[in-house]
Amino acid sequence: MAGLLKKRQREGGEIPTASMADIAFLLLIFFLVTTTIDVDTGIGMVLPPKLEEDIDPPPIKERNVLKILVNETGLVLVEDQPSSIRLIRDEVKKHVLNEGVDPRYAEAASKALISIKTARETPYDSYVGVLDEVWMAYFEMWDSEARKLGFLDYAAYVNSVSSQDAENQIREKIKAAISIAEPDKQ
Amino acid sequence: MASSHFKKKTSTKQEIPTASLPDIIFMLLIFFMVTTVLRETTVQVRTMLPQAEALTKIDQKRLVSYVYIGPKKLDGNRLGETGVQIDDAVVEDLGDVRTIMYRKLIEQPKLIVSLKVDQTSEMGIVLDVQQEFREAGTLRINYSSKRELPS
Repeated sequence: MAGLLKKRQREGGEIPTASMADIAFLLLIFFLVTTTIDVDTGIGMVLPPKLEEDIDPPPIKERNVLKILVNETGLVLVEDQPSSIRLIRDEVKKHVLNEGVDPRYAEAASKALISIKTARETPYDSYVGVLDEVWMAYFEMWDSEARKLGFLDYAAYVNSVSSQDAENQIREKIKAAISIAEPDKQ
Repeated sequence: MASSHFKKKTSTKQEIPTASLPDIIFMLLIFFMVTTVLRETTVQVRTMLPQAEALTKIDQKRLVSYVYIGPKKLDGNRLGETGVQIDDAVVEDLGDVRTIMYRKLIEQPKLIVSLKVDQTSEMGIVLDVQQEFREAGTLRINYSSKRELPS
């Protein structure tokens, strides 16, 4: 018995590090399996702030608003004319880039407004489809504006603007003014 | 010249040094530990996200709070009526959304609310929830949707 103890004391008092890598590997595999690196994507919107009771909303000229109505079955009315989701992108571009030429469309790009109205029973899918087309129209307009200024696309323009702390002039010229109207009460 | 070089090399040991292996593994381990979000909520409503093209990425995950809207999942793969879920619980009264979101906004003033809404949901409930967001003051929202697959 005493002899055994003596033998042990003669060995070096070091922790064996050979298995260190294996332990670390096991932990690594656990975290590899549990990690999800996918980035959330979606359509960003900013809701209007709560209306004050005693302040009237600012007056807006009728011609500056492009009214898009989506009904219960996903059918679309643009300015009271039957349309389809695919045509919305061009309609929005026509409306915003009109610059006062056509009396049916907006006076200026900075004044243009898009109003999306749905019924309470409208499927969310059609609403997102319409909203997507409106945003794509804006993205394409920003891209072409950036190209006019000699940038590859709008993202490149934003990069150069934010690095110089300058004002985003494209955004100033073409504001993405999208309003989500409340459905009619029945 | 060249041949003598090769001869010298063959005489050396042909093993990869493994002394730094644990360090490398630890580096990887720490990377994955930092990127992992362990707390996952169990979603009690079905959220089949719509597809869209005009997508923006949310890079800062800690600013995001999720609100799920969709038909409730029942036993045996059946679907119930539409419910609204915030964090772990389904919100029974829509008026509670306001107080919950207001508290979240105080904790995180730069809050982005990611709406994960089922494709088949009706706009009525989405607009009601949005109205509550306006009351609470959480104005930055994001309609979570997937990238459109080329057809």
